[in-house]
Amino acid sequence: MFPSLDKEVYGKKLVYFDNAATSQRPSSVIELWNRLTVNSTANIHRAVHKLAADATDAYEDARDAVKNYINAAFREEVVFSSGTTASINLVASSFSEAFIGDGDEVIVSEAEHHSNIVSWQLACKRKNARIKVIPVADNGRLMVESLEDLITPRTRIVAVSHISNVLGIVNPVEEVIRIAHSHDVPVLVDGAQGIVHRKVDVQTMDCDFYAFSGHKIYAATGTGVLYGKKKWLEAMPPFMGGGEMVGNVSFEETTYAPLPMKFEAGTQHFTGQATFKPALETAALINAIEDGELSEMMSWELGRVEGIRIFGTPDAGEKIPLFSFCIDGVHHEDLALILDKMGIAVRSGQMCAEPLMKRFGVTGMLRASLAPYNTEEEIKYFIESLKRAVSMLR
Amino acid sequence: MFDSWLDKYEYLIELGKSLEGYPESDKTDDKLIKGCQSRVWLNNKVHDGKILFNADSDAIITKGIISLLVRIYSGRTPEEILSSDFSVVEKIGLRENLSPTRANGLVSMIAKIRETASENIREER
Repeated sequence: MFPSLDKEVYGKKLVYFDNAATSQRPSSVIELWNRLTVNSTANIHRAVHKLAADATDAYEDARDAVKNYINAAFREEVVFSSGTTASINLVASSFSEAFIGDGDEVIVSEAEHHSNIVSWQLACKRKNARIKVIPVADNGRLMVESLEDLITPRTRIVAVSHISNVLGIVNPVEEVIRIAHSHDVPVLVDGAQGIVHRKVDVQTMDCDFYAFSGHKIYAATGTGVLYGKKKWLEAMPPFMGGGEMVGNVSFEETTYAPLPMKFEAGTQHFTGQATFKPALETAALINAIEDGELSEMMSWELGRVEGIRIFGTPDAGEKIPLFSFCIDGVHHEDLALILDKMGIAVRSGQMCAEPLMKRFGVTGMLRASLAPYNTEEEIKYFIESLKRAVSMLR
Repeated sequence: MFDSWLDKYEYLIELGKSLEGYPESDKTDDKLIKGCQSRVWLNNKVHDGKILFNADSDAIITKGIISLLVRIYSGRTPEEILSSDFSVVEKIGLRENLSPTRANGLVSMIAKIRETASENIREER
């Protein structure tokens, strides 16, 4: 199903444990990409010819697939972007233009990816607003109880991750949303990891925005989604100007296209976005397999490694099979370099979450993040290799 | 030279462990080499027209790599360093295999050594 997994690196069978950074692509995605490239390369929406019609159909079919997957109320609430970062930047820019002013506040959490921090900092700088932070407990739990005190009449939006890319704990976003909404404050959920590991129903969740990438959930890279409630998307000004997003253009006055095109300026990554359809079909099939078992096995095995410190433990909430950790006396980079030569792909460093590294007093971590295609055998090999690497380094 | 990658790493780890004597007080931000995932400090002093390098890192393999570079380039004149084509790095297979990404910053280390040499040439004039 995933041809790229069946390979050797440095003469060792590949064990790909860097799925939180990007997933591998299934055959169905590769086949659709190839088929569209060969048969339907034409710019979408504009031309009347056959190739353009086919390309447009594939692109819009993918929008329907996304709408159904997240249970959005309207298809025009699904805006395509280049990824989670672009989706968040769109909201930070356009929402702040309409709703954030001098002295206002934006609330984020301590465990955010840089994408969900810096985009808001830029917006706050432009609007002379400020950022407030929901803290994270020692075990990785989002301290949602502090939100009530953080919200003031100047709070304009709360932006939190569904699941932190470092801690792997499912945050109580429903509670965040309930509290924020009781003060009429909207909530953006960074769903880069959440969409992969949890069934997301944006109507039940009641989030105002949900941002995610395609490449972490088996679609082509360079693809992403911004889900936004219609009332917000309609009230927000366009993010970028250009083709596709306009109604009528003159030098005096331009009217904008209706949703979602208003936010899809310029030629889109139409071949890539189309792969959302087979990607989400794959996700529906294999992500239905509970990842709890892989998570429990990793928790148990890793927990027995001498001198390990795991960030984000199951007592903090539901834990996805994503494990960031440090091992006493050895550097995360050394471990990653040696594991690489043993055929194991893991991530090391700050993982785009410098404030969180500071919070835990470390310069970086090692992260192993699993997907449903990973196996128990791979976990066993990983643990053996990790122990061997540690003994080389000590 | 080595049977396998792990042997190569074993060697670098030993080299790293043997690099000692970098004072804690010199672990300052201005001596950090940018572009490395781990922290790598490189200090130098000039004696008799020759540059003496000293280095440290909080990651042991990176420390092994910088220690190798220190062994090769410490005690040379700025001219010798600048005229070197750094082919030794190619010969031991570090460049293409050990530095596939910016992660361990071999390229940054070499750039820093060259930069130090250039600065000293300018100062001489």
